[in-house]
Amino acid sequence: MKRNEITPLQTIGSQVQNVNHENEHEHGSIRDIQEVEIVRLSAEELEALHAKGRADARRRMKVRTAAERFWIAVGLLLAVIVAAFALMPIVLTILDSFMSTDEIKTNYSAVYNSLSSASAETKTYLSSTPKLKMIPDMVSFSQYKTLLFLSPTYLLKFWNSVVLVVPIVLGQIMVGCLASYSFSRYRRKRREVLFFSYVILMLMPFQVTLVPNYLIANKLGIYNTWWAIILPGIFSTFSIFLLTKYMRQIPSSYIEAAKLDGANEWQIFTRISLPMCKSAVYAMAILLFIDYWNMVEQPLILLEDAGKQPLSVFLSQINASEVGIAFAASFIFMLPPLLIFLYGEQYLVEGISRSGIK
Amino acid sequence: MATHEYNPEEVRKRRLRGRRKKNLREWLVFTGYLTPSLLGVLLFFFGPMLIVLVQSFQRSATNSEFVGVNNYVNVWKNQAFQSASKNTLIFAGLAVPLAVLLSLLLALLLSSKIPAKSAFRSIMLNPMMVPVASIVLIWQVMFSYNGALNTYLGWFGIDKIDWMKSNWSRIVILVLFLWKNLGYNMVLFISAISAVPNEQLESAKMDGANAVRRFFSIKLPYLWPTIFFVGIMSLINSFKIFREVYLLTGDYPVNELYMLQHFMNNMFSHLDNAKLTAAAIIMCIAMIIIVGGLFIAENRLGRDTEE
Repeated sequence: MKRNEITPLQTIGSQVQNVNHENEHEHGSIRDIQEVEIVRLSAEELEALHAKGRADARRRMKVRTAAERFWIAVGLLLAVIVAAFALMPIVLTILDSFMSTDEIKTNYSAVYNSLSSASAETKTYLSSTPKLKMIPDMVSFSQYKTLLFLSPTYLLKFWNSVVLVVPIVLGQIMVGCLASYSFSRYRRKRREVLFFSYVILMLMPFQVTLVPNYLIANKLGIYNTWWAIILPGIFSTFSIFLLTKYMRQIPSSYIEAAKLDGANEWQIFTRISLPMCKSAVYAMAILLFIDYWNMVEQPLILLEDAGKQPLSVFLSQINASEVGIAFAASFIFMLPPLLIFLYGEQYLVEGISRSGIK
Repeated sequence: MATHEYNPEEVRKRRLRGRRKKNLREWLVFTGYLTPSLLGVLLFFFGPMLIVLVQSFQRSATNSEFVGVNNYVNVWKNQAFQSASKNTLIFAGLAVPLAVLLSLLLALLLSSKIPAKSAFRSIMLNPMMVPVASIVLIWQVMFSYNGALNTYLGWFGIDKIDWMKSNWSRIVILVLFLWKNLGYNMVLFISAISAVPNEQLESAKMDGANAVRRFFSIKLPYLWPTIFFVGIMSLINSFKIFREVYLLTGDYPVNELYMLQHFMNNMFSHLDNAKLTAAAIIMCIAMIIIVGGLFIAENRLGRDTEE
């Protein structure tokens, strides 16, 4: 019997040892068991061993996966249900936006007649029931045509939304990055107290913050102008809280190294801190965009003119006669955030994920 | 020779002066970075908040006669304020625990071995990006008295329910809240779960601990900070539910849905400065107490788990 080098059978070493012992028996030689020997097997023996190992592994897997597969199936089913629930309103809105105005009216008029003012009377005698239709009879762009070319109000409101949101997002990110850098680098006691008061301010609901906003807007004479919303928006502390959290996670060795190389604070800020929390800044911009795109409270109180209101407020005031184009308006309104989501989902998920880590 | 003489007093002074100079320079630089934000916050939030505090003790915006806590008593006894606070608190009390629990379950589901996890995550995160205003229509189609849901229930012989104008309205709003907020919370929980050290889970598995046991004795202690964070975020978001209510039902919802923001809006439109300022201060104090309480509870619990 030849001793030899190690065969690729190490993985199923125990079996090799068994084989070894059998071989020993055949030859009648007594060996020390502790001296593990590895034997070159013939091609067929090797193949048989591999097959045995594979079969064993497969059997073990099967026992384990029978239970596991059941739970995975249950989990998958649950996930599908939740996902369907999450998507349903969005998908329905999109599908309905391709119905013609008449089709919407025949399907949903029962709903909209019973809404708002007339509800009390219509409730009793309305016999027609709405059909929740998934697929339009005929794909029609009539809603979009009316919306985009025949009714300038919608476009105007859309533009109002853009003009309100873009300066807030850009401004708050700029102010927030500067302030967060300061909070992350300069940590004295009084600064920490100030930071904590920023956090408290961030947590305050609109019910509280709108009162001072209203007061100051009146004092500055910007009430009922877009500035009344844009300026407090720029200085809101939401982004500072999260960005500071991020900048404090940057290892101080990077900053020390830059200092040794003679970098000044501005260089450290622009070359190290900002690039290292790029994803956080993107995530913040997305969160701010959706938050302000969605705003209802501020324009209701700070803007008196209906003409200055953003689309978010206007969409809710759609009445029965306009229902025919409301779905297209809704879809156009949700399009910018959805596109941003498609583009920036990675940043958003990373940003949210790391914001929860203390 | 005098310059070479060692004078400890002189050296100490010079060092101190040097350090002071450096400290001052540092302070100047970093305060410079903070200045834009600080000025804005002072001008738009903290400053006017002080004015609000002062005005809450005055008779009205035009008459600055000091009336003590009169305004506070008036607000406190106000029927509308009471029911608005009650509704807001009831909603928060229902919504926050449910949001935490359900999003934790979803996160556990998406941390298990099911396929296509990232696709599910994207889909479940999607509602967060959709503005409320644009799905309100579908929501109305579903839940109005002549809506789709009642039609479907009718097939099973269930009587029509007036979803938006009865006790059920709270549940409709709750569903809408969960629809919107679960995704964000879930992402927070997923990252927290993936940060649980794997060795401990593996060794517990070897020792024969089942999945439930592994969750409660290993994962949960690591998750407490995230649970609190999610709780606070959900609380903040639950105060924003006014958006949904307003967009669905307008200025005058059923009593169950009359939220604090409705009350404030009424005060705004009546220009009732006294009640407005007093109510804002009351809510501000309530928020500080609630959030402070949560922070203290988190600290205490965090210490317990570390020991």
